Amino acid sequence: MFYRESGDFKTSYRADQQTFPLKLDRWVVWLFIAFAFLVVPFLINDYWEKSVLLPVLVWSMAALGLNILTGYCGQVSLGTGGFMAVGAYASYKLTTAMPELNLFIVIILSGGITAMVGVLFGLPSLRIKGFYLAVATLASQFFLVWLFNKVPWFYNYSASGQITAPERTILGVIVSGPNAPPWATYLFCLTLVVILAIVARNLTRGRIGRSWMAIRDMDIAAEIIGVPPLAAKLSAFAVSSFYVGVAGAMFFMIYLGAAEPTEAFGIDKSFLVLFMIIIGGLGSIVGSFIGATFLILLPVLLKNILVGGFGWPTDLVAHLILMIIGGLIMFFLIVEPHGLTQLWRITKEKLRLWPFPH
Amino acid sequence: MDAQRTFGEPILEVKNISLAFGGVKALTDISFDILKGEVRAIIGPNGAGKSSMLNVINGFYHPQQGEIWFDGQKRQNLKPFQIAKQGIARTFQNIALFKGMSTLDNLMTGRYIHMHSNIFSQALWWGKAEREELQHRQRVEEIIDFLEIQSIRKTPVGRLPYGLQKRVELGRALAAESKLLLLDEPMAGMNLEEKEDMCRFILDANDQFDTTIALIEHDMGVVMDLSDRVVVLDYGRKLADGSPDEVRNNQAVVDAYLGVSHA
Ligand SMILES: Nc1ncnc2c1ncn2[C@@H]1O[C@H](COP(=O)(O)OP(=O)(O)O)[C@@H](O)[C@H]1O
Ligand SMILES: [Mg+2]
Repeated sequence: MFYRESGDFKTSYRADQQTFPLKLDRWVVWLFIAFAFLVVPFLINDYWEKSVLLPVLVWSMAALGLNILTGYCGQVSLGTGGFMAVGAYASYKLTTAMPELNLFIVIILSGGITAMVGVLFGLPSLRIKGFYLAVATLASQFFLVWLFNKVPWFYNYSASGQITAPERTILGVIVSGPNAPPWATYLFCLTLVVILAIVARNLTRGRIGRSWMAIRDMDIAAEIIGVPPLAAKLSAFAVSSFYVGVAGAMFFMIYLGAAEPTEAFGIDKSFLVLFMIIIGGLGSIVGSFIGATFLILLPVLLKNILVGGFGWPTDLVAHLILMIIGGLIMFFLIVEPHGLTQLWRITKEKLRLWPFPH
Repeated sequence: MDAQRTFGEPILEVKNISLAFGGVKALTDISFDILKGEVRAIIGPNGAGKSSMLNVINGFYHPQQGEIWFDGQKRQNLKPFQIAKQGIARTFQNIALFKGMSTLDNLMTGRYIHMHSNIFSQALWWGKAEREELQHRQRVEEIIDFLEIQSIRKTPVGRLPYGLQKRVELGRALAAESKLLLLDEPMAGMNLEEKEDMCRFILDANDQFDTTIALIEHDMGVVMDLSDRVVVLDYGRKLADGSPDEVRNNQAVVDAYLGVSHA
C-alpha cells in the first residue's frame, strides 16, 4: 500500500467526516497513542520527564488553546501567559481550600475559572480588532501578573510570595509535589491532553467551529448567515481560555511545583505559545502539537549537540537558538502562514497525483 | 417569463424608507413590496442606492425613516444575524465567502441557523451533534448536486476561480433555506456561459426550493428574462415599478439609462 489520498473512497458521510480520513493516517495515530500510553511509561526517567515530555504536553495544551482563539477564530491574543497564571492560581486556591478534591477535577475547574476570566477580557473584541485587540490582550497579560503579585490572598499570604504545589494523589498514586514518580505525572498530563485534543477536534469540526472560522474569514458574511458575533467570539475566548487555564494549572501543579507569577507566566510565555501556533499551523489541531513539540525540542536538541557534543559555550548556544527561532517565525509568516502542517498537506496533494502531476 | 404566474401576499414590504449618510441621501422615500414566490429585480445606474436598499433589508443600515414589514409583521430594530434567523439570506456584490474554509464548510455554515446542538454535545461528538451534522450534510449535498459543484466540495474556496466562487456563495445562501433571498449582482463580472448557468440556477432555485428572490442586476436582458416585476432606482429615488415590459417602455427609465438629464 502506498501513502496517498486517491483510491481511499468513502461510501457514507460519516466516513467522509472522520478526523483522519486516510486509513494509514488513522493507523499511525492509533499506534502513536498506544505507544505513548503503554510503552513510554516504562521507559521514562527524570530527564525525559522534565526536559521533554511534560513540557511538550503542557505547551501543546496551551498551543491548542491559543490556536482555537487565534487560528480558528482570528482573534489575536498576547495574554496567554496571564491566562495560564489564572489557571495556576485557580488550581492552587482550589486544592489548598479543598485538599480532598481530586486533582483531575481541580484542574478542570481551574480551566473553567480561566474560561470565565477569558470571557471578561474577551469583551473588548466585540469592538476592536487585529492589532488593537492584541494590545488590549497585552494589557490583560500585565494586569493579571500584577494582580497575582499584588494580592496576598492569591498566594495564601506566603512569605515568599510564591505558590507551592502540595502533594496530591489520584487512585493512590502521587501526581504532584516533589515525590511524584515521572511515569505518573506523565500519564496524568498525557490523559488530559489526549482527551482535550479530541474535544478540540470535535468542537472545531462542527457548528461552533464553523462559526469561529466564519468570523475569522469574513465577519460581515458570518453575521448575515446568522452567526451572532458576540456568541461566536466569546465562546472562542471561553474555550480557548479553558485550555490555556488547564495548561497553566498543569504547568504549575505538575511540572514546576512552585511558581512566582512574573517569572513563570511572563510575556515571554505569551509569545512562545504564539510562535508555536505560527510554526505549527494556524487553525490546525495537529499543528498545535507540531509547533509545541518543535519549539520545545529544538532548544533541547541544539543544546545537547552543540554544548554537549561540540563543547560550545552555553550562552552562545542560547542566543543561537533565539536567532534560529526568530528566523523560522519570519519564514513562516512570510512564506507559509499555515505552518508545518500546510507543508505536509501540500506534500499530500502532490502525492495524490504522483507520479503524473498533470 | 410568462405573465400568468401568480403570487401570494407580500413576504416583504418596504414603506417610505429614507437613508442618508451625513449629507449624502442614499435612499429617499422608497416603497415597494416583494410577493411570496416571485423574482423581483432591483435595477438602476451605479450609485442609485440598490446595495444600500439590500443593506437596509438585512439590517446593516438603519434607515432614518420608514418601516420594513416582513411576513406580515412590522419589523423592530434587529441585528443582521437576527434577521437571518427570521429567514432572509443574501449574497454580496463583492464576494464575501469564508476563504479559508472548503466549499462544503461554507455551505454547512449556511445551515447555522437550523442547527441547535449545544457545546457539550458537540465537544463529545455524541448523540445530537453527530446526528445533526449528518442530517444537514445531506441537505447541503443536495444543494451541491443542484449547483453542480461536487468536484470542488473539499477545495478551500479562496482557490476557486471567480465564477465558481459566485456559485458557492449562492449555495451558501440557498443552504439557509430562507424565505427571502437577496442577490446583489450575482452575475457581475461573469462571461456569457457563466451568466447562463447562473440564470438557470436562480430560476430553478425559485422553482424547486420555492424561494422568493430579490436580485440586483445590470444586464437588462437578464432582468427581462428572470424577473416577474422590476423596481427602478435612480439617485436614491424610485423611478418606476412594474412588469419588465412596463418598465422597459417607461420614458423616465429610458432617460435615466441613456443618461438624458432629468426634467
Ligand atoms: N456606508 C456608506 N457610507 C457612506 N456612503 C454610502 C455608504 N454606502 C453607500 N453610500 C452611498 O450611497 C449611495 C448609493 O450607493 P449603493 O447603494 O452602493 O449604490 P448601488 O448599489 O446602486 O450602485 C452612493 O452615493 C454611495 O456613495
Ligand atoms: Mg451596488
